[in-house]
Amino acid sequence: MSQLLQHLINGLASGTIYALVALGYTMVYGVLKLINFAHGDVMMVGVYMGYATAFALGREAQRSLWGVVIIFAVAMGGCALLGFLIERFAYRPLREKPRLTALITAIGISFALSYGFQLDIGFLPGASPRAFPEVIVPTEWFIIGDRDVVVWNWQVISFLIAVTLMVTLQFLVYRTRFGKAMRAVSWDHRTAALMGIPTDRIIALTFMLSSALAAGAGLLYAIKDTSVSPLMGLYVGLKAFVAAVIGGIGNVPGAVVGALLLGLVEEFVVGYAASTWRDAVAFGFLILVLLVKPGGLFGRVAAEKV
Amino acid sequence: MRRLAPMLLAALAVLAVACEKKTQPTGEGGGQPAAQVPAVAQGGGTPAGDDVIVLGEVGALTGGQATFGISSRNGIALALKEANAAGGVKGKKLVVRVYDDQSKPEEAAQAVTRLITQDKVVLILGEVASSSSLAMAEKAQAAGVPMITPSSTNPTVTEKGDFIFRVCFIDPFQGFVMAKFARENLKLNKVAVLQDNKSAYSIGLTEVFRQKFAELGGKITVTESYSQGDTDYRAQLTAIKKTQPEGIYVPGYYSEVGVIARQARELGLKVPLMGGDGWDSEKLFELGGSAIDGSYFSNHYSPDNPDELVKKFIADYKADYNGAVPDALAALAYDAARVAIDALKRAPDTSGPALRDAIAQTKNFPGVAGVITLDAKRNAVKSAVVLKVADGKASYVTTIAP
Repeated sequence: MSQLLQHLINGLASGTIYALVALGYTMVYGVLKLINFAHGDVMMVGVYMGYATAFALGREAQRSLWGVVIIFAVAMGGCALLGFLIERFAYRPLREKPRLTALITAIGISFALSYGFQLDIGFLPGASPRAFPEVIVPTEWFIIGDRDVVVWNWQVISFLIAVTLMVTLQFLVYRTRFGKAMRAVSWDHRTAALMGIPTDRIIALTFMLSSALAAGAGLLYAIKDTSVSPLMGLYVGLKAFVAAVIGGIGNVPGAVVGALLLGLVEEFVVGYAASTWRDAVAFGFLILVLLVKPGGLFGRVAAEKV
Repeated sequence: MRRLAPMLLAALAVLAVACEKKTQPTGEGGGQPAAQVPAVAQGGGTPAGDDVIVLGEVGALTGGQATFGISSRNGIALALKEANAAGGVKGKKLVVRVYDDQSKPEEAAQAVTRLITQDKVVLILGEVASSSSLAMAEKAQAAGVPMITPSSTNPTVTEKGDFIFRVCFIDPFQGFVMAKFARENLKLNKVAVLQDNKSAYSIGLTEVFRQKFAELGGKITVTESYSQGDTDYRAQLTAIKKTQPEGIYVPGYYSEVGVIARQARELGLKVPLMGGDGWDSEKLFELGGSAIDGSYFSNHYSPDNPDELVKKFIADYKADYNGAVPDALAALAYDAARVAIDALKRAPDTSGPALRDAIAQTKNFPGVAGVITLDAKRNAVKSAVVLKVADGKASYVTTIAP
């Protein structure tokens, strides 16, 4: 029983992080119908920005509340800028080209970032994994039984940060003018443009928002698993992409549900079966969902407009 | 300053392309210390003149096992520099061409093909990871070019054929050493195993460890596994914790082991971890922090060794690489290069079969990581050391003989 509870906590912890990354995939897909494969790598860049900021602050400052706020602000702001630049210079020129062109460009950017960051020149960090500093000093908050189940402060804090970010996003998308415009662009960007919505600006803002979320997710991931490396983005990005598809890509609550499901499925497979099966089961789950509901759990299958 | 990062995106894209074709012909003739950073492509592939003997090296200079490849490259460069300073071999200077395989077996195999067909090397040194060496051995054997792996311990590597050699002991021996140490020195009764099931190395160590530990009267409570590149091991560790082991055998690589140690402690598993030479990296202490303290691993060599040869090697290495203390992989690579140079001197010519026979005759060769004698299966027979991790360093505990 206690083992089950511990697995549940672990699974939720990974699930919330997948969710934040999956939201980025889903939002960009929503407005552009583009699978932004560079998304995971933008997350990785955000983690390294946070890493550098933590070091610049020094050991004492990085552990204060303000230190953590600054680390998140720099990483999320920096990634928003990176997202903007990628959209402006890599995707926008290809907007009217076949969709495949942008997709391949996304894969190119993904590789450029993940392999570029393996170089050891200038600000680039090099290939070796590094230990992310303990910006939240680990403290045990709840212990059940004889250390049968342990819940750490950073697990609770990470969860709260993730939920806050998701609620903020929900508010932005459904309660603001920007959100309304974003949904309009997602519905039909040509008509939206005719209605006087500045589609270019909305798309750029969507990229900035999704990249900032990715940076936040990446930092939570780094705090959780302590090890950061240039290839981390490929892996987390793929998982989050699967989560977004399970939930119904383009659908905001769907991404969250898909990610939490994926996190839990993975955890239970590894905990009770074998880690060898983890990816097989995760992707098998994806296929199953798509067979039963081709649009994903929350997606709607829209007839292609001709 | 960080704001520059996105600005350089375009430049990065170009660099990434260059990085795909990473060729680093580090001609060590000049004796200038090889930089810690791999030099950017220098054209590569130009056939060497008649006055040099070209050796090939394949290593993981980037990717998850990058410190292995970099240490190995440094060790080999040092050996070549010394040989060239002493006049080279047969009146010719030695040059090494290094290709990065990004810690991927496919890339390693490609690099070998390139070394043989394009660079016409006489001999190949590498890799560290057994999975990569296996891929390379296939190609080297087929082409009849001798290959010496400094530190791949999986037995199947040299079974690929008579052109494949190694200067280290093999996996069964490391599993044997740790099983013996856990049972007889640490007096453990119940041990759990957490293996990396993407790595031939990890599976090899696990197999022998389990067998030997049971033979000595111990009990393996459970065998869990993970895949290289994972960063979350809590599910496996939670399952391991339930079986209440007195120790956990984790024969993986440093990049994962450090994180595993942290997460084990976090879940309340305070028992010692045990592993093999894949732990041997400064990074282990950075990634594991205090969580890795009190753990043990088997290794090829210890820099604490008072032997004169070892002392000289450490001093020379420090002088060339900004005071860095050579790890076992650097030591083994240094040995491998010296065995190769020794064979080149003894061989009548530099053809594949002549070199192969010369290497096979290596006997009682004084290496910094033990005296090397190659057996009929082209493996080195020598003893292993067990090291204990404490306060950010590994210190010598005992030597276990075959």
